[in-house]
Amino acid sequence: MIEVENLIKEYGEFRAIDNISFSVEKGEILGFLGPNGAGKTTVMRILTCFFPPTKGKAIVAGYDCFEDSLNVRKRIGYLPQRVPLYEDMKVKDYLRFVAAIKGTPAKEVNRKADKVMDDCGLNDVSGKLINTISGGYRQRVGIAQALVNDPEVLILDEPTVGLDPKQIKEIRNLIKELAGRHTVILSTHILPEVSILCGRVIIINKGKLVAEDRPENLATESAQRMLLRISGDAQKIEQELAHVAGVKGVEKELSSGSNANGFIVTLEDEKQGRQGIQAMIERNRFELLEMRLMEVSLEDIFIDLVTKEEA
Amino acid sequence: MNIRNVSLILNRELKSYFSSLTVYIVILMFLLMTGYFFYNLLATFSIVSFQAQTDPMLAKQYQLLNINETVIRPLFGSISIILLLMTPLLTMRLFAEEKKTGTIELLLTFPVNDVDVVLGKYLASLAVLLVMIALTATYPILLIALGEPEVVPMLTGYLGLILIGAAAISLGIFTSSLTENQIVSASISFGMLFFFWLISYSVPLVSAGLGQVLSYLSINEHIASLSKGVVDSEDIIYYLCFIVLFLFLTLRSLETKRWR
Repeated sequence: MIEVENLIKEYGEFRAIDNISFSVEKGEILGFLGPNGAGKTTVMRILTCFFPPTKGKAIVAGYDCFEDSLNVRKRIGYLPQRVPLYEDMKVKDYLRFVAAIKGTPAKEVNRKADKVMDDCGLNDVSGKLINTISGGYRQRVGIAQALVNDPEVLILDEPTVGLDPKQIKEIRNLIKELAGRHTVILSTHILPEVSILCGRVIIINKGKLVAEDRPENLATESAQRMLLRISGDAQKIEQELAHVAGVKGVEKELSSGSNANGFIVTLEDEKQGRQGIQAMIERNRFELLEMRLMEVSLEDIFIDLVTKEEA
Repeated sequence: MNIRNVSLILNRELKSYFSSLTVYIVILMFLLMTGYFFYNLLATFSIVSFQAQTDPMLAKQYQLLNINETVIRPLFGSISIILLLMTPLLTMRLFAEEKKTGTIELLLTFPVNDVDVVLGKYLASLAVLLVMIALTATYPILLIALGEPEVVPMLTGYLGLILIGAAAISLGIFTSSLTENQIVSASISFGMLFFFWLISYSVPLVSAGLGQVLSYLSINEHIASLSKGVVDSEDIIYYLCFIVLFLFLTLRSLETKRWR
């Protein structure tokens, strides 16, 4: 459905996107991860024909984004990052305008706008001016305008930013329902979001593609980390921990209280490390206060991948 | 070009114009200024013609008794200048605001040609301009009710006002496409319109050939004969070329924005 080949985008001397290639199958939800300034938005803007790439090819729904831009634009729905909407319009009027300008026949404009307002839960605010509704509703209007024409491809730039947890859940459910019928690319900072929504993830950093995989694989590939709180002589514990088989590294965790020394242990092999640590504590008669595996966060994966890349 | 898209954008822009206070204030100020000129011209005319009744020499000297020459022509001259002052305020938001708020990103990724966007926006501000000009019709209607002015020069005078206003708007939409700051857009428009207005001031300073070119370029030279009742195709062509040129430049400016 989407083919990107050797995409390069330069702003003057600065290379915002450096030779990125990927493809998305029909009905797939692809997550786009990356730190700020990585080039996520630039890729999305090329795919939505806002501007052309410097070099390379982007093909959406069988049409080239540069040569056949109008045909691409007919088949996409786009939610830009800051959700720019016409503030002086009523929600209802705005969605009718978007439906019409995306080529909906005049007779069906009202029906389509009503349907998308139903789907996105906008009926309560349909008669309100956009500049008077809350952030959550704004975001939904943004998604609604992307969906109104039932596009084949949806491109959502950080669709859940600035929403409260309940709204986030609603929007995620909405996006999940879209899979299968629509092909979706969404960018985000939040790892759980990716594992909930996306079948596949692409991570980019400084304009380069650094990883492409299923979300669960990304999480397991990254090294396991364990938090330990042990009371006793901190220095001795640290030394002992470092010698346990299966432990790759030990770091002090600074937020813990006076006699409970906190450590973050990086494990090479989870089972071996766990048993080794247990044996070490028993041998030394330390008192174990807490022991748990730390959830792998997006930042960890990032840092991991980015440092690997640079090494 | 797609007529439906043009009219959709035109409609949206018109709603947006009339849902904010700005356009009403611009129209109000425009009417106050033109009304002030009209009042003064008419009052002067009635005083002088009253005096001329008792002093035939005065009447002969100034040929003042022609209401077309003494009220209507100077009035059209003033209205045209006031239009040049006010149109940048109508056009400054057209693209600058969309760039500032980011809505341009959605607008340009809708399946619409750039030409449709430019034309829709242009026609919307042209419609506001026509409303402004139409409201000044009260002045000639008053004159027709009170006196016996010639109607043809008034009609061609209005044609002139519409053309000069339409030209000013095309320049304004171009400067709005250059920046995301409305004040910057309005300032550049003011500057350029002033230049096109006052360019004929340099005519006495340059050679005859260049002088002719300069006075041909001047935006208000061309309504002079129109407000006398003479329709010269050269004048009409000047304004049409002006409009097409700046709409074309607006399109190019949108395109280079895409390339950068």
